[in-house]
Amino acid sequence: MLFRNVAELVKLAENKGVKIAEIMIQQEIEVTGLTRDEIIAKMDRNLTVMEQAVERGLKGVTSVTGLTGGDAVLLQKYIQSGKALSGNILLDAVSKAVATNEVNAAMGTICATPTAGSAGVVPGTLFAVKEVLNPTRMEMIEFLFTSAAFGFVVANNASISGAAGGCQAEVGSASGMAAASIVEMAGGTPKQAAEAMAITLKNMLGLVCDPVAGLVEVPCVKRNAMGASNAMTAADMALAGITSRIPCDEVINAMFLIGQSMPSALRETAEGGLAATPTGRRLQEEIFGKKQ
Amino acid sequence: MQLYECKDLKSKGAYKMKYRSAFDIIGPVMIGPSSSHTAGAARIGRVARTLFGKQPSKAEISLYGSFAKTYKGHGTDVAIVGGILDFDTFDERIPSALELAEEAGIEVIFTVEDTVTDHPNTVRVKLTEGDRDLELVGISIGGGTIEITELNSFELKLSGEHPAILVVHNDQFGVISAVTNILSKHQINIGHMEVSRKEKGKMAIMVIEVDQKIGHDVMTELEGLPNITQIIRMVD
Repeated sequence: MLFRNVAELVKLAENKGVKIAEIMIQQEIEVTGLTRDEIIAKMDRNLTVMEQAVERGLKGVTSVTGLTGGDAVLLQKYIQSGKALSGNILLDAVSKAVATNEVNAAMGTICATPTAGSAGVVPGTLFAVKEVLNPTRMEMIEFLFTSAAFGFVVANNASISGAAGGCQAEVGSASGMAAASIVEMAGGTPKQAAEAMAITLKNMLGLVCDPVAGLVEVPCVKRNAMGASNAMTAADMALAGITSRIPCDEVINAMFLIGQSMPSALRETAEGGLAATPTGRRLQEEIFGKKQ
Repeated sequence: MQLYECKDLKSKGAYKMKYRSAFDIIGPVMIGPSSSHTAGAARIGRVARTLFGKQPSKAEISLYGSFAKTYKGHGTDVAIVGGILDFDTFDERIPSALELAEEAGIEVIFTVEDTVTDHPNTVRVKLTEGDRDLELVGISIGGGTIEITELNSFELKLSGEHPAILVVHNDQFGVISAVTNILSKHQINIGHMEVSRKEKGKMAIMVIEVDQKIGHDVMTELEGLPNITQIIRMVD
């Protein structure tokens, strides 16, 4: 293993004078024994799946239960009306994140990043910043390797499972990964990427996993929207030179400890939070009947 | 400061690399809606199928923790059965796996368990065909990554840090040394090894953790040995 935490990852990239994406690719070669070309081709295929999911979601899908779907279309129409208040790139990221998760809820094909419930954030932001940064296909693949590097650290030092650590571990991790990748694609330094990850994750701490009826729909789709929005904002903050007072690795550890002390009702059991609201309970009964 | 009184497992215990690849994070490509409850569940079902080696006539599936609470919403049931039908995580037949299993003549029995397990996403799968059976416990640890923690009542202790293989073989003299001889010939060092059997002279299992990568040539050579039923890569 080349790195086990964010500090080591940043130091490696700085010392070698390369992108964080490159460190992840090198580690992948070392761990899997595959060639660079094979590894890049594999990620290219994942990128294609993400592209197709966004496209499909932007055309409009509805889940089997009818709880989610169609919001990505609404948002795109709103952007085109020219009346949007919070910036077209940001809202584009939000709509593409929503599009992906609507496809996921409809049991469509997606690429988990790092999980299916949080699969919208990374591609959503990627395909939005693509419109302004005009990256090459290889730079888009690198975006995903940078996300992988940060997600790898979180997965091994904390968790990326809602059942183990709540939504902070899923959408929180995805959002942090995306922020770091946006910074790198925009030309920021490895350290700035780590700052963006820290700033993002700090604002996702404590987020519980409380899916209504146990479905990856409510509130998951909208949490991906906010995850994308959070990532865009944090990336801009880091690129502006703002740093996190708490180092990224300590934020990740805090997330792990918060997850450990989170009650089971708030960790993907559909027993607490929004799932336990009167409307949440009613929807569950409507979908599955009185007893599940 | 109550929060920080809870046990900090990572800093005090040994560091365990549960995730080894960039594609554990960006991936898998899968049918929604949940990586742990759908893709991970499908993978556990498929490992059971691979280890069993053929289509079973009966599949008994016990769900625990979050799996038990939310399996309907996440499609955990169709995913596990899809895995037992040998479907990959992205197979579009997963949503209709229950009907396909019925058509294939597989009796599927689901049990929702109350028992609290170590991991919230735990499933026990028992496959039967004639007088053959196989039982395993799998956990889905997030993002579609899984661990098999028990096989035929034999607790598997894999660190996940090193490549590992599982060898299913007949319980006869000489099998273990034949396997280790091939590894030694290829200069592969064994870091940890466990051997177990259910009954004397019947099916036995070896779990071998090694320091070097095990190439396809070595796997083929191992598979060619007498009394070897099956060899599976547990960790690449």
